[in-house]
Amino acid sequence: MNGGQDLGGMHGFGPVEPEPNEPVFHAEWEKRAFALTLAMARPGGWNIDMGRFARENRPAGEYLAMSYYQVWFAALESMMKERDLVAEDEIAAGHSLHTPKKVERVLSPADVLKVLHRGGPTERETNTKPAFKPGDRVRAKTINPPTHTRLPRYVRGRIGEIERVIGCHVFPDTNSLGAGENPQWLYTVRFDGRELWGPQGDPTATVSVDAWEPYLVPA
Amino acid sequence: MNGAADMGGMHGFGPVVPEDNEPVFHAGWEGHSFALNMATGVAGVWNLDAFRFKRESLPPAEYLNLSYYGLWTRTLELMMLEYGMATPAEIAAGHAIAPFEKAPQPVTAAQCANMVRCGSPYNRPAPAPALFKVGDKVRAKNMHPTYHTRLPRYARGHIGEVVRIVGCHVFPDSNSQNLGEDPHWLYTVRFDGRDLWGEGSDPTVRVCIEAWEPYLETP
Amino acid sequence: MAHDHHHDHDHEHGSELSDMQLRTRALETILIEKGYIDPAAIDELIETYEKKIGPRNGAQVVAKSWVDPQFRKWLFEDGTAAIGSLGFGGRSGNHLVALENTPSVHNMVVCTLCSCYPWAVLGLPPLWYKSAPYRSRTVADPRGVLADFGIALPKDTEIRVWDSTAELRYLVVPMRPAGTEGWSEEKLAELVTRDSMIGTGVAKSPKELT
Repeated sequence: MNGGQDLGGMHGFGPVEPEPNEPVFHAEWEKRAFALTLAMARPGGWNIDMGRFARENRPAGEYLAMSYYQVWFAALESMMKERDLVAEDEIAAGHSLHTPKKVERVLSPADVLKVLHRGGPTERETNTKPAFKPGDRVRAKTINPPTHTRLPRYVRGRIGEIERVIGCHVFPDTNSLGAGENPQWLYTVRFDGRELWGPQGDPTATVSVDAWEPYLVPA
Repeated sequence: MNGAADMGGMHGFGPVVPEDNEPVFHAGWEGHSFALNMATGVAGVWNLDAFRFKRESLPPAEYLNLSYYGLWTRTLELMMLEYGMATPAEIAAGHAIAPFEKAPQPVTAAQCANMVRCGSPYNRPAPAPALFKVGDKVRAKNMHPTYHTRLPRYARGHIGEVVRIVGCHVFPDSNSQNLGEDPHWLYTVRFDGRDLWGEGSDPTVRVCIEAWEPYLETP
Repeated sequence: MAHDHHHDHDHEHGSELSDMQLRTRALETILIEKGYIDPAAIDELIETYEKKIGPRNGAQVVAKSWVDPQFRKWLFEDGTAAIGSLGFGGRSGNHLVALENTPSVHNMVVCTLCSCYPWAVLGLPPLWYKSAPYRSRTVADPRGVLADFGIALPKDTEIRVWDSTAELRYLVVPMRPAGTEGWSEEKLAELVTRDSMIGTGVAKSPKELT
């Protein structure tokens, strides 16, 4: 969606401000919000693409005014409410009030390292052939889905070159809607700085994005 | 600039919510905010393009979370600071501490009434013949200036048709930076909705913008 | 809520902090009561990312690539496998690509759309990486962003910015500093900063090691 999260190329945010000796988490609640989100993924029954959409799916002003883990927390709440895992009255009360939903596999402490080590590989088998090869000139389509996509606004309509054929990977645009993994060929596409930003663009800079085949047409 | 004000095509803001019997101003202070901005315009300390630039360069989270007249008031504060009309101490104190050296004559009610009646036309004598004529296909440039421009992001890189030659107008990109009026030919350019938003979008939609000649090129 | 600040720090005022504390605690309580989560697993997750998985992993990878030419070749051909051989991988590290910095090419990694980051080799990302200034400016003005980090590259250095839009995770391999001939991998790893593996820094020089 064209939400607050599609930040590439925006102006007005000021300088990058690194914090010396930054702690991994800035508050105790951030640790909990982080860990709860990871632990609930399996019982919650959502995939990472649904999770990302849940974070970005809010008014841009809200997204930009909330801190990083506030967005995580808000998305966790909304995904659980959507799936009737918790209810609004329970959140207000701070206690379970209704019968729990039956969930698949609660994460045990013994499983944590194993689950983290397995991660979430997205490459899938396919019988199809990639439409593009390295060196091909492609144009990123002008698409504006109100739902989750991973084609940032700043590359849409621009011409780049296939740098690499990565493989066949789960397609977030459908996976985020629960419409299936629908794996598609994935490419690294390189764009020239001036192609993206016009004559003001840095002529020494290029930007590469990883784009699925449905995002691209031959140029 | 690619700021929060450039909202065309953004998702996530929810439905349009008209208010029944909406008053012109929702609070007394809003009326004053409006009037102060009109009056400072009459005083001629800054031009409207500079004011718009200042407003849109607010940090995006701030821009999106201020109300409409909240934006006007905040922008007025910043303009007063930038043009030496007030110091931060005076704004905090809520009254003048030192005189404004470059103060023009105080703005009168008669001057304001005159401004409302006559406005301030933006057309100027043409510096050169118009490059484009009605019916010409033009492409909106893919430009991403950090300064004020009136070419919205959603139009950039797209091909449209000149439907009207408006005239020769003050050029905001220049005027907003106090680099002079630099008038240019202004055109109404019409785009097909599907070009702007993608192949699946409403085929009956056309979007027109007013675009100055420096924004346009022959495709 | 709107703040009168012009940067995106995650600093919170007292009332906001306690509000989030209460809300998070309430939610955790509910989830435990419903049996959806095991609180010991929550503690284990926190412990893992606070203490166990971090940039020292990536530094080990980089240091090895500096001394072992075969590993280095493997690393750039198949990052996932080469890094996996050192025991690192999994979550946000199933598909790893190593990017080679050279005197003529400097790589920078960003995720404009959220905060994708190679957790498996770098741990969790710093706040600046996840915030609007970095996400918005790096793809358009990488030199300006490098300037915010005090880095100025030669005018003709090619800057390659990688926007992590899919599940590939990128690890920048900084150049080996001069004056480190004969150093052990362990000592070399101390020169490899987290920022140098994102591309907003370079490896430390020997004299910067206190």
